[in-house]
Amino acid sequence: MTEPILELRGVNKSFGVVHVLHDVDFQVYPGEVTALVGDNGAGKSTLVKAIAGIHPIDSGSYLFEGTPVTVNGPNDVAALGIEVVYQDLALCDNLDIVENMFLGREVRKRGMLDEAKMETLARQALASLSVRTVKSVRQTVASLSGGQRQTVAIAKSVLWNSKVVLLDEPTAALGVAQTRQVIDLVRRLADQGLGVVLISHNMADVFEVADRICALYLGRVAAEVRASEVTHGQVVELITAGRSGNLGLAPTQAAQSM
Amino acid sequence: MNADKSVHIDAKGGDMTTFKSDLAESDFAIDAQSDATFADAVRGYIRRVRGGDMGSLPAILGLLVLFVVFGFANERFLSALNLANLVTQAGSICVLAMGLVFVLLLGDIDLSAGVAGGVAACVMALTVVNFQWPWWAAILAGVACGALIGLAIGVLRSRLGIPSFVVTLAFFLGLQGVTLKLIGEGGSVRVDNPVIRGLTIDNLPVTAGWVCALLVAVAFGALEVYRYRTKVTQGLHHPPLGVVAARIGAVAVVALGVTYVLSLNRSVNPNIAIRGIPYVLPLVAVLLIVLTFVLTRTAYGRHVYAVGGNAEAARRAGIRVDRIRVSVFVVCSTLAALSGIIAASYGGKVSASSGAGNTLLYAVGAAVIGGTSLFGGKGRAVDAVVGGVVVATIANGLGLLNQSSYINFLVTGGVLLLAASVDAVSRRRRSATGLS
Repeated sequence: MTEPILELRGVNKSFGVVHVLHDVDFQVYPGEVTALVGDNGAGKSTLVKAIAGIHPIDSGSYLFEGTPVTVNGPNDVAALGIEVVYQDLALCDNLDIVENMFLGREVRKRGMLDEAKMETLARQALASLSVRTVKSVRQTVASLSGGQRQTVAIAKSVLWNSKVVLLDEPTAALGVAQTRQVIDLVRRLADQGLGVVLISHNMADVFEVADRICALYLGRVAAEVRASEVTHGQVVELITAGRSGNLGLAPTQAAQSM
Repeated sequence: MNADKSVHIDAKGGDMTTFKSDLAESDFAIDAQSDATFADAVRGYIRRVRGGDMGSLPAILGLLVLFVVFGFANERFLSALNLANLVTQAGSICVLAMGLVFVLLLGDIDLSAGVAGGVAACVMALTVVNFQWPWWAAILAGVACGALIGLAIGVLRSRLGIPSFVVTLAFFLGLQGVTLKLIGEGGSVRVDNPVIRGLTIDNLPVTAGWVCALLVAVAFGALEVYRYRTKVTQGLHHPPLGVVAARIGAVAVVALGVTYVLSLNRSVNPNIAIRGIPYVLPLVAVLLIVLTFVLTRTAYGRHVYAVGGNAEAARRAGIRVDRIRVSVFVVCSTLAALSGIIAASYGGKVSASSGAGNTLLYAVGAAVIGGTSLFGGKGRAVDAVVGGVVVATIANGLGLLNQSSYINFLVTGGVLLLAASVDAVSRRRRSATGLS
């Protein structure tokens, strides 16, 4: 088996007295889609934000391409080649598509913004995703639909030729056709050799595109399995009860987490 | 740090082409032009205005109305002398308003900007009068003082998280105390340094004024044409040629028109001639150009807009939101200091009430009337200048009409309220129509 490109070992994270992540081990492999599933409050978003460098981890190690790294903020993570596409998309409504795609990493020429280069690169990245719905790369994000915003947010990660992309509920607010597009896009990102993490509640999406599934249950990793080796039912049990047959947390541990 | 990142991107720029090859062109790939012709551009503009994206249009229309009304009400209003007066009056308001635009872009407010200018003017006056400092050192001291005040406000706002309204209200009161202490109660300091005083009462030689105006018009035109051509050759999104021409024309007309009016002899005494552009006008113009450049062509400016639009998104994009927030208060108070110095130069003295009263109200009014949103994320330096001229026109016109000062307060307050209402309503319309 190949080396994981991104690996978390024994990660703990608390907010005050609330212990959100318990000794979480998590791996992302290049060229594979790892689905991160779990019920509301299981710690999915916290885990993503810990990976993204937004929440510093309390203990545990963060390895990228096999070497431990210290992460002190979103910039460090972006520098490693990890992109996060958030559920609430994190786009600035008052800026246009190009400005949003390069936000925080503007291309500069002699100290000035190189608008020409940024616009060209943004156009190419969008073209690579066969975006057909966006009228102009210079329209403000406020005028885009939910699906278009999602595309812009994902295109942003493509633009940076990232090594790992985390997608937090990318299809939650989308219609059927747009969900289809995003799922195809997720597959394509993995086929290009990226490590993709897909956080989703939608089992159909998960089973369609994921190679591996990591189920979180109340802040612990209940199981990490290959998608081809489990059924819908088993995954749902892992999400809701923390265990399924001989998979998952030991009964005592599952009960303890309650 | 950012420099090596851009190199990093450049290196990857080559890989980008791999995306292009395996895909057919998508719809937006032909999006090189937003509007095919000038007529389309006009229609698009009307659509945007209807949708609530008015920019400084209300201010420009308001200015026309004000000129017509005051022009008919008092024949002295349109005289060359009064128009020159108007320019110098607008100077300090415009500079203060440009500073406030930075703070307003973040959705914050600086209520202390006016009195910060008062303190800076006071420091400038005392150093130049009592300590015999050269004029440039005195101005520098005043401006540095402003920057320090801004730093303090910014740190309190972003590190402690006190709402800017409260922090700056506290500074508004406290700084008036500082001015009182520095100047002695009820007193005032005369500013008679010829250079500082000359900033508003002396004029550029007429030929120099024309050369400057022509230079501005030609440079702006050349820059616009150059950018248009680059965009066309690289197949980028660009406006139709007609719009570019109209923009160049507008700037040329304003620059040359203002120069023409200010080059007329405006002296009431037939024995001496007063003509030429007051020095404060080129100062405001330079500030306008520099601040516009900072806001639209640098990463810093982009980040200011981003933080104002969605601070959380900006933070996730790796922008140091705290630093941006501190910096806008520094910029605002620094410009406020300059504005206070210009006001002191115009008035010839600094008193305990310098920068208090309605100074700030005028400047906030100027920024908002010009089209800067109080909700953050929207506004330009030029809006502040247009709005500043509107506010100065109101003050100047009402002054000529010899109205009691209560009318002045009522009208200015009313105009500010009107501008804020326009801002709030157009914001609602914008979110309804999906324009931003």
